Amino acid sequence: MIGALFCCAALSVAVTVGIVLSLIPPTLEFFTEVDIFAFLTGTDWAPLFVPAKFGVLPIVMGTIVVTICAISVAVPFGLGTAIYLSEYARPRVRKLLKPLIELLAGIPTVIYGYFALKFISPFVQNLWPFGDSPGVFNALSAGLVMGIMILPMVASLSEDALSAVPHGLREGAYALGSSKFEVSTRVSVPAALSGIVAAFVLSVSRAVGETMIVLIAAGGTPNMSLNPGEAMQTMTAFIAAAGTGDLPQGSTGYKTIFAVGSLLFVATFMMNVFSNRIVRKYREVYE
Amino acid sequence: MVNRETTDLGEADATRSLRTPAIVLTRGVETEALSNVGEADDPQTVFSVRGLDVHYGPTIAVAGIDLDIPARQITALIGPSGCGKSTFLRCFNRTNDLIPGAKVSGSVLYHGLDLYGPQIDPVEVRRRIGMVFQKPNPFPKSIYDNVAFGPRVNGQRKGLDEVVEHALTRAALWDEVKDKLKKSGLALSGGQQQRLCIARALAVNPDVVLMDEPCSALDPIATSRIEDLMVELKRDYTIVIVTHNMQQAARVSDRTAFFTAEVRDSGDRVGVLVEYDHTETIFTAPSDPRTEGYITGRFG
Ligand SMILES: Nc1ncnc2c1ncn2[C@@H]1O[C@H](COP(=O)(O)OP(=O)(O)OP(=O)(O)O)[C@@H](O)[C@H]1O
Ligand SMILES: [Mg+2]
Repeated sequence: MIGALFCCAALSVAVTVGIVLSLIPPTLEFFTEVDIFAFLTGTDWAPLFVPAKFGVLPIVMGTIVVTICAISVAVPFGLGTAIYLSEYARPRVRKLLKPLIELLAGIPTVIYGYFALKFISPFVQNLWPFGDSPGVFNALSAGLVMGIMILPMVASLSEDALSAVPHGLREGAYALGSSKFEVSTRVSVPAALSGIVAAFVLSVSRAVGETMIVLIAAGGTPNMSLNPGEAMQTMTAFIAAAGTGDLPQGSTGYKTIFAVGSLLFVATFMMNVFSNRIVRKYREVYE
Repeated sequence: MVNRETTDLGEADATRSLRTPAIVLTRGVETEALSNVGEADDPQTVFSVRGLDVHYGPTIAVAGIDLDIPARQITALIGPSGCGKSTFLRCFNRTNDLIPGAKVSGSVLYHGLDLYGPQIDPVEVRRRIGMVFQKPNPFPKSIYDNVAFGPRVNGQRKGLDEVVEHALTRAALWDEVKDKLKKSGLALSGGQQQRLCIARALAVNPDVVLMDEPCSALDPIATSRIEDLMVELKRDYTIVIVTHNMQQAARVSDRTAFFTAEVRDSGDRVGVLVEYDHTETIFTAPSDPRTEGYITGRFG
């Protein structure tokens, strides 16, 4: 029995290792054909055209812009939801609301993608406050909707962390004459911070890795810009678009997919390591 | 400047014992509730409880309590487990409000002011009436931040160093922690943690300190330190303590209230006050046989 359970655990590790290993050879080959420095610092991305350009920054920029849009929806609203659920909502309201919010996470991303394109994008176009109104395809619509998609995860993980804070701590704060708001912000949230930061990091990873919404709603043009009103391509959207095209195996274009995949992997991995450090440094440990 | 802060504190302490503390329990200043201040028959009475019932949802937990708590004395609440001592204690600083379904009826007058009146802000009540819990519950913050928590919540920004030192000194903890104020409060021993919680309660300058079995998680040495501390504190504070430890009640308290759970005809177990008197009387010449039975250990 223990053996069988060990195999389950080992399988997922083996698959992860396998995926990473399969990325390495084509990535290494790619860098024999394209200079790694030019790849990482170039601002022209057209790997599938002639003449090909392999500067990855435009799609890195696209990823960053979309992720920032998503996070600025998911984190404040997700954390607000979590604080409401764990600190304010009556048990009955919480029982009703929590599954409803988690339902949001079960909606297929392709539906979110068209929601972004058909419902959010018109709003973005009409309400755009600066200068020229954006096109139908823009990074902002995709990012905002991605934020809505990630929100339940942030809310759920943060709520778990908040609920795990011992009740005695809240009582202690109330007994000193704290209002509910003060108890939440000065005791519950700091004590749950490591869980909340973990939720934040996971949500960034989700946003960086999300593909379908950007593929549908952000437009597919690599764009070296910080303006979320413009169409952009993200790293994942590039992989999906290029991967579904008919690139001949072994061509440089084909290997580009793996190079971008490796870059994504390294970026999220470093983010996780970094955030673990931060959490260990700042968390408030309770028994 | 530093000195001035210290004197302010000193003065506040000195005046405390001379007059009834200024009562501002409402957020608005000119409220009706305030006009009731000073109507207490006896300035020596801090709490006057009449006909108090507490319900948890449909079930009644304590019923028909009448009792007066005198100022600057230690009042002990004793009785068998489940008779409603904690429930009753929580009525004094409205922490029952935080329990969903709990309902308090009857009257609790605090210096003549109805604590459950419509104008009363429970948050203000808890600033005046501090509480120490059974299980030490320091915040996962530094020792300094634990003690400064209450003053900060009250909007105090300056002179915190003095407040922290003063409160820790009063809680007989200063000498042990003065070199490690930045260390986590959770790194202290259980007894030190409990004294930290007492310091934290004292830092907001309360009028009353409620203690719910403050020593039950502590060893005899730590317990006796806290008992000494209580006796020391009663010069300035009114203390109400719940305890299961008969010797402790006998040692430290001036008055003792004995509660028990009565089984009603309906089958409900309801906490009632059996006897309330000077501690000496309760322990040497109780008038109710149930009190005597409990004290001599035949019951509960
Ligand atoms: N939060 C609550 N919800 C529902 N019922 C409660 C709650 N707290 C206490 N009770 C009930 O009220 C009654 C009195 O409980 P309480 O905790 O006040 O007793 P106690 O005298 O403090 O007991 P102990 O000495 O064990 O601490 C008990 O029957 C208990 O089950
Ligand atoms: Mg109790």
